[in-house]
Amino acid sequence: MKRTLSLIAAALLAATAPALADDTLDVVAQFEIQSPEPSTSGYIFTRMGVTETLTNADPEGQLTPGLATDWSTSDDGLTWTFTLRDGVMFHDGSGMTPESVVNALNIAQGKPGPLSSTPVESVEAGDGAVMFKMSEPFAALPAYLAHYSAQILAPNAYGPDGAGVQIIGTGPYKVTGLAPPLSLKAEAFGDYWGSAPNVPNVSYAAVSRVETRALMAESGEADFVFGLDPASVARLEATDATTVHSVAIPRTLLIKVNAGHPFLSDPEARQALSLAIDREGIAKAVLRYPEGATQLFPPAVGEWHDEMLDPLAYDPEAAKALLADLGWEAGGDGILTRDGERFALTLTTYPDRPELPLVASVLEQQFRAVGVELSINTTNSSEISSGHADGSLDLSLIARNFGLIPNPVGTVLSDYAPTGDWGAMGWQNDEIVEIARSVGRGDGGEDARARIAEILQTELPIIPIAWYRQTLAVAAGVEGTVIDPWERTFGLQDLKLAQ
Amino acid sequence: MKTLISRGIQAVMVAVLIGSATFAMMRSLPGDAAYRIAAGRYGYDNVNTAAADAVREELALGGPALPAFLSWLGDLARLDFGTSLVTGNPVIAEIGHQLGASLALAAVAVLLSLLIGPPLGILAGLRPGGVLDRALLIVSTGLKAAPQFLMALILILVLSVQLKLLPAAGHGEARHFILPALALALGLAAVNARIARDAMARVGAMPYYAFARWKGLSRRQTLMRHGLRNVSVPLLTYLGLQFVTLVEGVVVVEAVFGWPGIGHALVHAIFSRDVPMVQGTALVLGLSFVVINAVIDLVTQRIDPRRAA
Repeated sequence: MKRTLSLIAAALLAATAPALADDTLDVVAQFEIQSPEPSTSGYIFTRMGVTETLTNADPEGQLTPGLATDWSTSDDGLTWTFTLRDGVMFHDGSGMTPESVVNALNIAQGKPGPLSSTPVESVEAGDGAVMFKMSEPFAALPAYLAHYSAQILAPNAYGPDGAGVQIIGTGPYKVTGLAPPLSLKAEAFGDYWGSAPNVPNVSYAAVSRVETRALMAESGEADFVFGLDPASVARLEATDATTVHSVAIPRTLLIKVNAGHPFLSDPEARQALSLAIDREGIAKAVLRYPEGATQLFPPAVGEWHDEMLDPLAYDPEAAKALLADLGWEAGGDGILTRDGERFALTLTTYPDRPELPLVASVLEQQFRAVGVELSINTTNSSEISSGHADGSLDLSLIARNFGLIPNPVGTVLSDYAPTGDWGAMGWQNDEIVEIARSVGRGDGGEDARARIAEILQTELPIIPIAWYRQTLAVAAGVEGTVIDPWERTFGLQDLKLAQ
Repeated sequence: MKTLISRGIQAVMVAVLIGSATFAMMRSLPGDAAYRIAAGRYGYDNVNTAAADAVREELALGGPALPAFLSWLGDLARLDFGTSLVTGNPVIAEIGHQLGASLALAAVAVLLSLLIGPPLGILAGLRPGGVLDRALLIVSTGLKAAPQFLMALILILVLSVQLKLLPAAGHGEARHFILPALALALGLAAVNARIARDAMARVGAMPYYAFARWKGLSRRQTLMRHGLRNVSVPLLTYLGLQFVTLVEGVVVVEAVFGWPGIGHALVHAIFSRDVPMVQGTALVLGLSFVVINAVIDLVTQRIDPRRAA
């Protein structure tokens, strides 16, 4: 018996010798790989440097050349021409041609994604270039082509029905192993058109629990850990094994309001709810961010953020006064009533982002303080879309990304001109629709953007709460980390492993 | 043979029951399936009515329930499990991939639990009321009471973060097995140590056991010849039942350790209303329960021939 046990112990110890420092950089994040399909899992492939898009974006959101070297529009704005980069090879050894680019873009446009909502009529192959025929002028097209769903894959990457069957991209890393839903391995691609990456091998692992991701960073098991919660960040900052990086990103935590609801149809009612929120408190105590949101657009979206705008304030007394003006009176239990109806609403949210349910429970307290009763429904994220479609939502707490394409006009058009699944609901403002469309065409400038921000700030079809920060933990010994605020790339090709 | 035939009939009944039950349950869940599937495919930033409509059209959702169920039964009879609504891959391929990972983990966990639990239980059962017996009672109660989620995190904190012996999570190499398997095994061992202890105490108090000692066999010979075989029957029977605990544990442990197994697949399939995946996974789990119990029946009949009669 004793001998058996000691043998087992020896076998266990032999198996548990710590991994030698290898030449693979291990990335861990929460996103699962569905399949080699660019429209669903494409963001993982672009972030890992496996696939690329025609245009890229720098941290300020300015477009930079990707697989296209330059682009221009005709005088009438109805034709966009993108000159393709020479000498680009796909991972299967074939060269990238205008025809292969057109093939990839046509397939992408036929699937759900931002590209399908653009006024593109057709894409044609030219001499070393691709041409987009538009039904109306559309200045933001180059930004839409930076979206992961517009990634360029080789013709052999698609099945006969257009579904992705293999990842054959053009990026600095070439896939060597794909095991959905949890793992991807890649190695440096020898024929890459740009400068060769420093780290020869990279791996991606999807780990859904944030506790596990943080522990993997702490134990040195993963080198590049994405999507950390506030509590883990505090822990990881105290260890030497990792460096925590944090950057403001163009994503806002906000309450989507059903402005068609009888309690919420007055702008004053929405302003009252906004005044009831202690944003500073939520940011510091729950999210551990330095500040709360003062307006919808975070400073990270550059020119859309308007310094001159009156900041959103916290003033529960003013909130109560506004609600009293609307005819609400405090009932016996402190909850407001009007014409025999209690001011009770349901706040719908989803657990995909661990901070959302936490913030929801704080909001329940803060709204109760002004006499509004909230019941929280934490459910699947799609309930927000379906509740928007059938009008059943009251309030929902969501995290909205303004950087789906590196130009917030995409989100403004889809969310506020006039309404959208992840934006305004039951709200109609003709002025914003007109201005947003003109910005989309490329006509509107700074004044137009400022007016949009102002309308959203006074009308409050959504109530902003906090501006997101992206945090990640990088192992000691990995140099050159740059967080992309547009969440398009992990920047792996620029990383170095210290010797 | 009789055992096998009755288990075969049982398997068919289990398949039909599980299929109908999962089908009915998935149909009666609140919420619009097209939206759930779209959220599963495209993620929360990209799920919208347009994506849901595209999904509805592609999958022809929203038809009447009965024809859908009958066609599923027909496909099943031809051993066709259909394709996943989220990934578009054949369900059988996905399950094959994930079941392999889960089976490997479960096998290592059961093995570990058998190495830890029964030896300690037998030692304790040889001296009921002794120090080891009382200590084991406390430890096994504690281990059984600790939720597997907590157990997994404690193991990671101690063995991986503090002692840096083992990887915190991941999959692919032998060393990745140890922590998740241990997290499962400790809970299993807690119970099979108790079973072994009670069985040993019972066997030890039998007249034939005292007689074996009295006729001059050493303690060791008595245990080997008259103890172990008798203890192993309740232990093996219980092992079959533990499969339920194991499946339950696998769901939690796989999530914590990032293990690409069937428990993980089932949870995600339920979230995103991937009905063929849920049906396929539940079916495979149900049928493995039948298979494992059939195997255990056969083994216990070999060990204790009185049972075959």
